[in-house]
Amino acid sequence: MSKFNREEHHRIMQKHFGIITTPGQFTVALAGNPNVGKSTVFNALTGLHQHTGNWPGKTVDNAQGSFTYLDSSFLMIDLPGTYSILAHTVEEQVARDFICFGKPDATLVVLDATCLERNLNLALQVMEITPHVIVCVNLMDEAIKKNITINISALQKELGVPVIPTAARNGKGLDSLRHALYEMSIGITHTTPRQIHYSPEVERAIQELTPKISRCIGNALNPRWVALRLLDGDSAFIDSITHYLDLENNRKELAV
Amino acid sequence: MNTLSTTIPLSSISIGSICQIVSLNVKGLLRRRILDLGMVPGTPVQCIRKSPAGDPIAYLVRDTLIALRNDDASQIRVTLL
Repeated sequence: MSKFNREEHHRIMQKHFGIITTPGQFTVALAGNPNVGKSTVFNALTGLHQHTGNWPGKTVDNAQGSFTYLDSSFLMIDLPGTYSILAHTVEEQVARDFICFGKPDATLVVLDATCLERNLNLALQVMEITPHVIVCVNLMDEAIKKNITINISALQKELGVPVIPTAARNGKGLDSLRHALYEMSIGITHTTPRQIHYSPEVERAIQELTPKISRCIGNALNPRWVALRLLDGDSAFIDSITHYLDLENNRKELAV
Repeated sequence: MNTLSTTIPLSSISIGSICQIVSLNVKGLLRRRILDLGMVPGTPVQCIRKSPAGDPIAYLVRDTLIALRNDDASQIRVTLL
């Protein structure tokens, strides 16, 4: 990140998300469906170094916690538990906007090992926005009790991002998790997140839209993802873009 | 494949019976929501119980109990298994 981008990023974080990081501190977003043990992971990693409040202007809880690993400091942001981030509810909007515009150094998606199939929806949605994703398969102890075995390395290969098994309430797997977050934050993790391929018509429309989108917003957001939201007719998202990126002049062109 | 004549609305299945989703005739945000809950074509769904007035109805989808309004469930076409 260049100096300008860093300052801009700091401004967005502070103004829109009420998040103030110390210099050199990495930010990690924590996402997941409800009841997957997301808060257990959060508590296990950050211990008593927590601070709770609300997201600016929203009646949605915002919990932040910090931890240190290998002399690096991390600020972890606990996002609301959601099944999706395609924004029907305020919670989903908060989660999406933070991943999208807050640009955390890593996004940790916590999945329930006992109902992986449904949980993967959220992981795939996050992987469409950003390549900086780590998947944490939590409740591995529950899965063993229910005779569910999960082939972690196969899952990792399929998804193209690091997959870490944990049983957070017993403290299992947390060290691997910290290490994965560390490696991703300092930029030595190479990911190839699995992308969803849509029907030929949709793919053609995406091809047509992406150059125009890149012209409007530069590389601030993943143009393919913005194209998908525009094709979805998601007008709330266009409002979010203008709100966060100060693009008032480009709004008309985007709306076309 | 199932033709339209063999499909019935999800809202019409009785308690305990299991069906499979064939198509979703819903649009917009509700469609998105239903897909996000894992109800995609091919998904097995079981009717678990009905509220006293018969609306909403609770369905078991991928090990999760989901209550749907009849207005919405009637837009989901299924075949009985």
